[in-house]
Parts: sequence; C-alpha cells; structure tokens
Amino acid sequence: MYVLGVESSCDETSVAVVKDGREVLSNVVLSQIDIHQAYGGVVPEIASREHVKGVSMVFDQAIRQAGLRYEDIGLVAVTNGPGLIGSLLIGVNAAKVVAMNYGIPLLGVHHIAGHIYANNLERPIEFPCLALVVSGGHTELDLMNGHFDFVKLGETQDDAVGEAYDKVGRVLELPYPGGPVVDKLSALGKDVYHFPRPMVDSPDYNFSFSGLKSHVINLHHNMTQRNETIVKEDFCRSFQDAVTDVLCQKTKRAAKEYGVKQVIVAGGVAANRGLRAKMAQTITDVPVYFPAMRYCTDNAAMIAAAGYFKYMKTGVADDLYLNGDSRLALN
Amino acid sequence: MEKNILVADLAAMKRFAFAVAKHAKPGFVIGLAGDLGSGKTTFTKYLAEAMGIKDVVNSPTFTILKIYRGTIPLYHMDVYRLETIGYDYSLEEFIDGDGVAVIEWYPYVHAMLPKNLLSIDIRATGETAREIRIQGEGDYDKVVEDVVRRYGN
Repeated sequence: MYVLGVESSCDETSVAVVKDGREVLSNVVLSQIDIHQAYGGVVPEIASREHVKGVSMVFDQAIRQAGLRYEDIGLVAVTNGPGLIGSLLIGVNAAKVVAMNYGIPLLGVHHIAGHIYANNLERPIEFPCLALVVSGGHTELDLMNGHFDFVKLGETQDDAVGEAYDKVGRVLELPYPGGPVVDKLSALGKDVYHFPRPMVDSPDYNFSFSGLKSHVINLHHNMTQRNETIVKEDFCRSFQDAVTDVLCQKTKRAAKEYGVKQVIVAGGVAANRGLRAKMAQTITDVPVYFPAMRYCTDNAAMIAAAGYFKYMKTGVADDLYLNGDSRLALN
Repeated sequence: MEKNILVADLAAMKRFAFAVAKHAKPGFVIGLAGDLGSGKTTFTKYLAEAMGIKDVVNSPTFTILKIYRGTIPLYHMDVYRLETIGYDYSLEEFIDGDGVAVIEWYPYVHAMLPKNLLSIDIRATGETAREIRIQGEGDYDKVVEDVVRRYGN
C-alpha cells in the first residue's frame, strides 16, 4: 500500500510517499529554518504563513518524485499533534483536501509515533522495544509491546532536552539552534565542571533538565562577574556529559527492567553525536538503533510509516472532522 | 499597587503560587518575567497544582502555548521568541478567554495584553532564594494585597 504522509507540526513542510511502511519513494522537506533563525526559534504565525506558501508545491513534488498519481495512494496519514496549532492545521487541511477529492482514507498520526517509526524505515522494529524520544519539545521513554502499542514509562517534568540545549546555547551566545553547536563544541572540550546529573538515581523514568540548565547559567553568570575566562568548549562538554549520562543510565535501566529486544532513539536530539556514542557504550546487551540522520528531524516519511502500521492495526480511518491538537497524547 | 516579597525556597514558591491561585477565574491574566532559570515555569507548575490540574506541566517554550484542563483551563505561554515581533494573533483568544492565562516573558507582547494584569517579576538572589515583585492595577490592586496577606510577608 502506498501511504501519503503529511507533516507540518513545526517549521518543516513535508510530504512523502512510503510503500508498506518501509520503502521511501519520496520525502520532500521544505525547511523554514533560515526564516526563523533571526528570531532564535520558531515563530508560530510566520510558520503558518510559510506552510501555506509551500504546501501545494511540496504535495506535487512528493507525488511526482514517487512516480505515482494521487489515485494510486491507499491512505493519507497526517500529523494531527502535538505541535504548533496554526502549523498543524495547514497540513491537516491539505491532507483532508486530497483525501476528500480522491476518496482516500484519512488518518491522524501522533508526531512522536512518527519519530519512533522513523526507525522502521531502516529495519523492522522488534518487540518488546524501548523508545527514547528526545527533541526540542519532547523527552520521554516509551515501551512498545507491539505495533502502535505505546506505554509511557516517564517524561520530562520541566524542560525538554533539546530545549535545554538551545537555552544553554543562548547563554553561551552560540547561534540558533544551539543543540548541534553545543554538540560540536563539546567534542573539543572536557567535563571540568561535573554538573549534577538530575534524577539519575530516582526510581522512576522521569527526567528533569531545568535545574541543570539553571546550574549552567548560574555558573556562567558568576564566572562572567568574576571576569574569569569562559571556555565554551568545556561548558558544552560538561553540560552534554551530564545530559547524556542521565539519558543513557535511565534508558539502560528501563531496557533491563522490561527485557526489551532493542532500544531505539528518536527525535531531533537523536542526531546528537555525543548521545549516539555514549548510548552505544552504555547499552551493550541489546542493539541500540538511531534513525538515519535525514530522518531524525521532522519529515513526512516517518509519518507515512507510522500511519501505515496504525492503519494495519486498527483498520479504522478518521473522518473529515479530524482536527489538529497542540497537546495530543500518544496513548 | 506594587509589593515585593521574598521567597526563600521551593516550599515558599509553592505557598506564593497557591496564594495567587485563590484568584484563578476565567479571564485572569498573569504576566511572568525573570531571567532563564529564575523559576517562571516552576511557579506555573504550582499554580496548576493549586488549580486541580493533574497533568505534568512542563515548559511551553517549544510550542509557545500549552493548554491544560482543570476546573477551568490554564493557558501556559512562553512568548520569548516574539521579542522582535511583539504580538501573535493566534494567542489572542486564550488571553482574556475562558481560563487563566499565564504568559512567560510578558513584556515582549505588552501591546497585545489587557491593560490590567497581575505581573510577577522574579529575580534570583541566591541558589533557591528569589525576590518577587508583584504588581497590578484596578481590580488587581486587591489581588496584590490579598496575595501578599495570604503569603504572609
């Protein structure tokens, strides 16, 4: 079955065609990052306008690159949350137009389910499976006992990992988005500050990065006031080591407790090289998989893949009243 | 009216947020200001708890707006990214709507806020110690007074 995936939850307008949840025939991504860079983050109203501008072209290109016609599509899968409401609505409404016009079933897909299923584009997910989802807006551990069966084991109680990265980047006066730059600089630094590892020993699977962020900011502030030299590389490395230690230790413990066959990491922060390296060192008894770099950031191929498995499991499509939900729950 | 209060630790911050929550009603607008890490989201977590919200209240920075359903809705916004823009029409319906609006970095969208709001400016004075300036005009005069009395400072 050819699934047309549609993703517009944040600042990427993307449409893809994926066959049987595995084979990517096209994955067109129109990024707005250059536009939002000037504001230090995504601005909702600008994002909505840009989605409107690009959406028709992206649909056309995805269909053309796949070498198909709309009549060949068996399912339209669209991200209906969570995300920026104004952005979500553009993709949802465009998807509805196609579904209605060609009489194709329409299915809403959770954005995080998409990130998790990005892994399925590389190799089939094996169950039980543990998914660590880390991005600018999310940090959570989910247990999957089968396709589209998610049990949330824990989540961040305050800041998402990617957000903490961006805020630390802001304090260090690094360009936006801070995450990739902090990752790059930390490769050149040392963990000289030994920041706290928040909640690393708590018995649950929740996370907290706000206190660590404050700790980094306070130290930076105090050192600036004392006119001490700030080695950005060391700050980045110390912060990154603290974050990745917590993520890896908690993931390892959950993987053991639930006896999973594999661990998958999903979301934008899955592109972090420090995290990739440490995860591979920490968890050695079961395989740890990361999506290919091009499927770490927002894209519609992952939504098409997730939509395929959701549809195969439930067999039920959504009606044309489908709406965007900025805080949609995964389960 | 403007008052300054001192908050020594998280327990005191919770007490302060619970005092503010006594005034939660549809159309109540709270503006929060303070540097990164000063405790704006922490204040909001306690406020939500006092409003009977069971969900985890975490940072709204990424999505700008998060909506929580309690006895009345809580609209939690972080408008940091709107600094150079100053407004966002999509947020308007949530401010002065059917719930409580909490706006982190409120000075950045001053033009789109009602003239009357409860503004809370948080300044870190130590590891956990905070100095809070709480300010309001008109109807909010009484709110400021009552919050300070309840907090007992």
